[in-house]
Amino acid sequence: MAQTTVTSEALVDREPPSRWAQFRATLGAWGFMAPAGVLVLVFFFIPVIILFVVSMTDLSSSNFSEPWTFIGLENYARLFRDKFFPKILTNTFRYVILTLSFFNVGLALVLALLTTHIERRAGFFFRMMWLLPRITPSVVYILMWRRIAHQPPFGIINQLLSPFGVEPRYWLFERPWLFVILVNGFVGASFGMILFSSAIEAIPRDYITAAKVDGASTLQIIRDITIPMIRWPLLFVTTYQTLSLLTSFEYILLLTEGGPGLFTTEVWALTAYKRALKTYFGHNQWGYGAAWGFILVFIGIVLAFVYLRVFRFNELVQEPKIDVL
Amino acid sequence: MKVELENLTKRWGDVVGADSINLEIQDGEFVAFLGPSGCGKTTTLLMVAGIYKPTEGFIRFDERIVNQMAPKDRNVGMVFQSYALYPHMTVFQNIGYPLKLKKVPKEEMQKRVQRVADMMGIGHLLDRKPAQLSGGQQQRVALGRALVKEPQLLLFDEPLSNLDARLRLSMRSEIKRLQMELGITSIYVTHDQVEAMTMADRIAVMKDGRLQAYAPPEELYDQPRTLFVAGFVGNPPMNFMEVEVDRENGDYHARREGFDVVVPPDRGEKAAGRGKVILGIRPEDVTLADEGVSGEIYVVEPLGRDDLIDVRIGDAHVHILADPTLRLKIGDNVKLKFNTHKVQFFDPATEDSLLWT
Repeated sequence: MAQTTVTSEALVDREPPSRWAQFRATLGAWGFMAPAGVLVLVFFFIPVIILFVVSMTDLSSSNFSEPWTFIGLENYARLFRDKFFPKILTNTFRYVILTLSFFNVGLALVLALLTTHIERRAGFFFRMMWLLPRITPSVVYILMWRRIAHQPPFGIINQLLSPFGVEPRYWLFERPWLFVILVNGFVGASFGMILFSSAIEAIPRDYITAAKVDGASTLQIIRDITIPMIRWPLLFVTTYQTLSLLTSFEYILLLTEGGPGLFTTEVWALTAYKRALKTYFGHNQWGYGAAWGFILVFIGIVLAFVYLRVFRFNELVQEPKIDVL
Repeated sequence: MKVELENLTKRWGDVVGADSINLEIQDGEFVAFLGPSGCGKTTTLLMVAGIYKPTEGFIRFDERIVNQMAPKDRNVGMVFQSYALYPHMTVFQNIGYPLKLKKVPKEEMQKRVQRVADMMGIGHLLDRKPAQLSGGQQQRVALGRALVKEPQLLLFDEPLSNLDARLRLSMRSEIKRLQMELGITSIYVTHDQVEAMTMADRIAVMKDGRLQAYAPPEELYDQPRTLFVAGFVGNPPMNFMEVEVDRENGDYHARREGFDVVVPPDRGEKAAGRGKVILGIRPEDVTLADEGVSGEIYVVEPLGRDDLIDVRIGDAHVHILADPTLRLKIGDNVKLKFNTHKVQFFDPATEDSLLWT
């Protein structure tokens, strides 16, 4: 929308074009935006509206064939009254913050720095290896982890540690959070790693040479030159991964199903999924689940706006160098 | 500080960056590394800076071998073609960065940065970011950053190549003046022979990783040791043609089809009796005259002060400089006089000079 106005204004500035030319310019701008616009409309705006409408009904598998009723915000009230609501909320924060800081950004940055400071081909190979978990099917990947942390007498950790006199345990059940974060982080880190390493490699060599001559050590170069120069990918990965972690749950579902015990590792997105589509007795409360889901969408949108403001994305994204024709 | 390179070699696998470079730079001397791109001049410079480790040979600073010394311990200042100013830092932070790394106290740092910035005429720009400066200002900041730590050696890597022609001229004389006043030993890498000629005390001409010549500008110009040096140094470049030199009645004649000039005996005797040799003569040493070698004008290129004229003699071409008021035209017949005291002779096989060894 904004783009369109800019286009026609720029045209007005130069010389008064005919109405037809103006119309054509506007049409062109809309034409270029249309494919992306249609995608966002069909796969985001419309589903969100449907979701919101469903969240205000009592629609569930028990009354699906009968006329269901609008119940206003009752689902939301019920959600906040839920005994486990505080637990799920803290779980979600813990999951997002720990995975993001230690793995999706932290480890990703460490990996990117390591693989760009060793021999080029070795770095490339190492990064490729690190991508393997991402291209492994989720179920296979999680099965491997479950084998790793399986209960005695099984479990690869137990096998490896028993010669050192460590008592075999059911690691996954004793340290569920450790594994939830590891499992997500190992995959999540590769995204940032790829972005960061390409950004690091794009830094002109002269800057690094200049810093070395100025007297900087490798760590000082990373602190003073490399990291400030990859600020944009750092911010991008942080925001993008926050939002995607908020809505991700499939590894947790496959690994612990939110357990062990009641809601130990259950996060918001998993709750929404379970309420709406996978309750134990087959009683799917679509309306109630939609309320959980809608709040997540709402938080996501708010966070996205906050990020845009706080990190001033507009300033970071360069203006295109092409003039309006 | 005195700098000495001994058999300095850099190889990456089969690729040779620099091939046994031997040269010595006196304390306070301004030396230019001159050569076409890919000749190894920047490779050599980066070895001196400590960025590349030499494959073989030694680098000595005041007799001390510094091959293994880290760049930060070499006390070297460097200026880049790209300026390499840190874009996220202000001018003050850029210039002050070497001092910050040395943990110089804040107050002293403030003073030293201000002093250098004032010296470079950018004292009023300290709060700006590099992107807000013009190319010339950026290059001054880069110079300031190199100078602020009071280095014992200054390295310039084509520092003026990104500036426009006018600014290049003024920065050229400014850098030369500054270097003389501060007396800091300097190495200046350039592919521009005018820059090298005008600025340097001595010029090291390089080609394919090898040192071709190392001499003061005048000597390089008047006594080129190789065909490459003769052709690379000087603008417009030296004319070359194949001739045979014979002695006849006590005179040495350099001859080819349509061309016969008498050369002085001290030069002629070194080229005589060798069959075909390459004669070299600079455009300014060939003049239009009433008599002499006749030729036909092939191309006229107006340069403003002079016209650069391509004269065809048989199947050889000679470039000369002529007065534009003569209004010479393509196809005109002219006679050329050669200042034979300035002719050069080269061996066509080895491309070495027959006069200077």
